[in-house]
Amino acid sequence: MDKTDKRILAVLKEDARTTHETLATMLSLEVGDVSTRIERMERDGVIAKYTTVVNNELVQSDDFVIALIEVKVTPQMTHGFDSIAREIMQCEQVSSVYLMSGSYDLSVIVEGRNLKEVSSFVSARLSVMENVISTATHFILKKYKSEGVVLDRGADKKRQELV
Amino acid sequence: MNYDKYLNRRIREIKPSGIRKFFDVADIYRDVISLGVGEPDFDTPWFARKAAIDSIRNGNTQYTSNSGLPALRKAISDYLQDRQQLEYDPQHEIFVTVGASEAIDLALRALLEPGDEVIIPEPSYVSYSPLVSLCFGTPVPAVCEAKDNFALMPEHLLESITPRTKALILPYPNNPTGAIMTREQVQAIARIAIERDLIVISDEIYSELTYGGRHASVAAVDSMRERTILINGFSKAFAMTGWRVGYVCAPEPLIRQMLKIHQYAIMCATTASQYAALSALNQSFEDRYASIEQMREEYDMRRRFLVAQLNRIGLETFEPRGAFYVFPCVSSLGMDGETFANELLREEHVAVVPGEAFGAVGKDYVRISYAYSIASLKRAMEKIERFVCRHKANK
Repeated sequence: MDKTDKRILAVLKEDARTTHETLATMLSLEVGDVSTRIERMERDGVIAKYTTVVNNELVQSDDFVIALIEVKVTPQMTHGFDSIAREIMQCEQVSSVYLMSGSYDLSVIVEGRNLKEVSSFVSARLSVMENVISTATHFILKKYKSEGVVLDRGADKKRQELV
Repeated sequence: MNYDKYLNRRIREIKPSGIRKFFDVADIYRDVISLGVGEPDFDTPWFARKAAIDSIRNGNTQYTSNSGLPALRKAISDYLQDRQQLEYDPQHEIFVTVGASEAIDLALRALLEPGDEVIIPEPSYVSYSPLVSLCFGTPVPAVCEAKDNFALMPEHLLESITPRTKALILPYPNNPTGAIMTREQVQAIARIAIERDLIVISDEIYSELTYGGRHASVAAVDSMRERTILINGFSKAFAMTGWRVGYVCAPEPLIRQMLKIHQYAIMCATTASQYAALSALNQSFEDRYASIEQMREEYDMRRRFLVAQLNRIGLETFEPRGAFYVFPCVSSLGMDGETFANELLREEHVAVVPGEAFGAVGKDYVRISYAYSIASLKRAMEKIERFVCRHKANK
């Protein structure tokens, strides 16, 4: 990974559909060089996935909730937090699992169709796991900004067209 | 009531900005992608915003000295020394203005007698010529051409000089063309200015936005400091347009007269804005201009993207080395800039500015600003390409 790789990533993080030709123009590189670098980063897992950021507020659908769950666990000998984190991330409802510093250990983001589905996941699946000490579930009410994209339409700044 | 009877004839005769006129039309459409704005799309760096908030919270809400905060003048002096090896005494040779725009006005008002001529390279920013007229001076265009990458060439300057010429405005890096002047080109112009005894008003507001080489100030050329009024500001380098903070640097006898006008007309630049500007400079000294560098790199990517795309679709575009504009020629479509801009707005809802707004020589061109996210530029370029293809076929 060098500075050029990082600049390629910065452009792709803004728009994953940027073509290799455009990247080459923007960064003053050869197209072949861009392709080689991207292929390498894909192979090495630096580029994990190309995805789409969806503004769920605008998806006409009532059946979607997201919860952020603070999980306290007992770390295990030799494995630390890894084995419990791996167990949690197996669940299909879970979209993210982070190990945190501070007052709890794992931050788990869960997506479900409704409150009931998420709460049954927490009570029936998560809190009964061995080594889980406690959970605190916070439902996400509104996303103002996500993945670096401002989703809050009220915040649009209209630029005055001046000289 | 017939107001014309009361209003000054000279004011009535001044035309409103051609850019403004165009955007009144653009406002009619709801989904316009505008590539028209001449200001950074970045927010002011947070440390600068915070410094202004803190200054207000601490009750620093009075006037500053007419010349501006002493600490800010000192920082400006250090900055010019650091970035361009220019020496200006913060006490007597620098003062803070309400944007570089005020500084241009002050310089002209301090210099001009009725009938004095001021040479203005064309195409150029829209305000120079009206400001000269307001001082009862005569604006004299000096043509800059695409074949010279829109730099001011000595022969075009010489053609424009008459016994009444008092000053030359040197606006580089240039709005609207994005042209720069190399050190050698600046030296050639300086030689003429010295020979013909002209004052040079150097508007260097885009000095931090150059690509592939640092800005060369005319004030740094031998024997030019004494006849240069250097104007710069915080708007473009620090994304601080709305704060209105600029500055003017010149030998003391010039500064003294300009300062009188500033004192009577303005008092001082806005206090909170001056604190923000001071913080912007201090932070830059600390992090070695990291925030400027970051913006510059981003602009540079967009610039390369636009130049390549425009040339690819057949709109001849020279590679600009400064500011955040590209200036493509549209005559290959058999239309002038005004027609192109109007039709593009009507058919594809993309707004660009006709080159003629910046002087008659810009007739076959349009100005495209890349102070927009790369995503907007991509969307706009798709539409422009569609437009160009259609009109090529129809031609």
